[in-house]
Amino acid sequence: MTSPQQDAALPHGGGMNAAQEETRLRRPFWILVAKEIGDHMRSWRFGILFAIIVLASVGSVYGAITALQGGVQQAEFDANFLFLQMFTAVDSSRQLPNFMTFVSFLGPLMGIALGFDSINTERSKGTLSRLLSQPIYRDDFIRAKFVAALLLIAAVVFSLGLLVMGVGLLTIGFPPTPEQFLRVVLFLCLAVVYIGFWLTLSILFSIRCRQAATSALSGIAIWIFFSFFYGMLLNLLAGSMIGDAGQMSLRQQEWLLALNRLSPAQLFSEATTTLLMPGVRSLGPMTMEQVYGAIPAPLPLGQSLLLVWPQLTGLLAATMVCFGLSYLLFMRQEIRSRM
Amino acid sequence: MAEAIIALRQLSKHYGDKKAVDRLDLEIARGEIFGLLGPNGAGKTTTILMMLGLTEPTAGSALVCGSDATRHPLEVKRRVGYMPDDIGFYEDRSGLDNLIFTARLNGVSPRDAADRAEALLRRVGLEEAADQRVGTYSRGMRQRLGLADVLIKRPQVVILDEPTLGIDPQGVRELLALISDLSRKEGLTVLLCSHHLHQVQQICDRVGLFVRGRLIACGTIEALAEQLNASGTAQIELRLAGWPPDIGARLQALQGVTAVRRLPEESEQASGATDAETGGVHVEHGQGQELRLLVECAAPGLAPAIAAEVHASGTALLELRRVAYGLDDIYRTYFEGEDGP
Repeated sequence: MTSPQQDAALPHGGGMNAAQEETRLRRPFWILVAKEIGDHMRSWRFGILFAIIVLASVGSVYGAITALQGGVQQAEFDANFLFLQMFTAVDSSRQLPNFMTFVSFLGPLMGIALGFDSINTERSKGTLSRLLSQPIYRDDFIRAKFVAALLLIAAVVFSLGLLVMGVGLLTIGFPPTPEQFLRVVLFLCLAVVYIGFWLTLSILFSIRCRQAATSALSGIAIWIFFSFFYGMLLNLLAGSMIGDAGQMSLRQQEWLLALNRLSPAQLFSEATTTLLMPGVRSLGPMTMEQVYGAIPAPLPLGQSLLLVWPQLTGLLAATMVCFGLSYLLFMRQEIRSRM
Repeated sequence: MAEAIIALRQLSKHYGDKKAVDRLDLEIARGEIFGLLGPNGAGKTTTILMMLGLTEPTAGSALVCGSDATRHPLEVKRRVGYMPDDIGFYEDRSGLDNLIFTARLNGVSPRDAADRAEALLRRVGLEEAADQRVGTYSRGMRQRLGLADVLIKRPQVVILDEPTLGIDPQGVRELLALISDLSRKEGLTVLLCSHHLHQVQQICDRVGLFVRGRLIACGTIEALAEQLNASGTAQIELRLAGWPPDIGARLQALQGVTAVRRLPEESEQASGATDAETGGVHVEHGQGQELRLLVECAAPGLAPAIAAEVHASGTALLELRRVAYGLDDIYRTYFEGEDGP
């Protein structure tokens, strides 16, 4: 998205490679990003979030390990994918959610927390007009906000994911195959995209709402709506659809699923389930004819990826739409001090 | 006039039907300190935002340092330092960090940035607070930090929006002296926006009076005063030791006197009382010992006659002076004229 003006506006580094390199590094964009990351790292908010998420992961790993240790003896789990089950196993006796659930639940919170006050606080503190009177582009500013938070999210998600893998290796002593490793990495990437969606949404609110509190509440409201109420609404709808015959037609079911997939949480959960559980072969209703003759074998990674491609695209698209809207709104807003 | 570093041509900004800035033409020469004066909401800030390319003008153009502010805002922002009226800093960072960050955004290398920041902090007298968080700074310190922040990019033009707002008189004097000093020594062009006339009066080479989006007068303070004085009236202020009974009528009867008004006592003035109109016929007795009168004359040169009249009434004349037009009068006269229908 580098505009041609931007390159032209840079001071010319005398044609030397090192000088050019230095000019590139000095670009305001990366200085903004570095400052944003520094701000996040110093903030209490990030510390608290990080602590919650680390605690949650420890809990989930503990739960998964005890579940696996108890379960393998009872042949409850598929020993082939023991490693992946570090992320998905549920300890039924202790009621501890697994890592996947934690990410899908706390991820949005993290995204919202890192973004909800990104623009409006700059505005209300009067730093926005000072910043934008420096020779930087407006889009650099908003992209830096996004990129900094996303880098931080990626760092947290990957470090936690790799930690869980490491603990898994140590405790169950069952090395992953390259494919399983790739599956986990893809799952972590997906988590970053998912959290990135909530981040852009909250940045959008932070541009739209003048008050940080309003923007935080709007973000949280949408998160809660999709996490809890949307499912309930759909259940109600499903209840009304069930006719006298006592069951839904295939078309109705597909309709319902399509509605369900409007929720980013649903897209994420479908995608992660498929990636982390190779046994999942389909994400929609299947007729008896389709199931008939199918061998219940796990899918290879390529096929699992194909299966979740639409979900991934959907999440990316939602993120893009939010970012595009933020961009548009921000570029059109007038910069005044403390409006 | 020397080479114009800021040239605004027919610059206009409309918000719906409201004209925030209406066909503004203004040229500011290099090295000049220009005061843009106007009441709140006159469109001063909007004009500045257009000069920096932060707001798009509805019509007209703003040429700053040879670049069109709307088309090439970056070129302009590289050479122009802008201090907003309510400047904000990152409160959790130290003053030094804030300055270095600004310098880095302007493409200064980290080491140079630190050097410049320290030098500027010394210059504005904040070297002891350099490592304190900006959140702990007082209003005056923030304003001085703001000045350092504006200067760190080594601009050719500095635009200061209400730089003296909320600082005590001592701080204002220091800040203005600093600005004036900078402009003289380093050839900086300064555009000062304010509604504090007296403060601006001290250091501005030229002022522009800006009301409701229009520049209604522009020039040196002397020239503006002359314009006002040229309207044919002169005012003479008298201070008398007592209350001669019919002094009002007697003065009024003089050839060339158009009106006699009693001025409020010093204490009344302080409490915000306005001129008491006496109708020019007689001056009523008050509780005070002294009497202050303002005599408006249609022609200059009436002072001896007035003095003689007072002398004839038997009261001691404590003071007699011709009222010179200050910026305050200029401001009021022009703005009151504008407030009419």
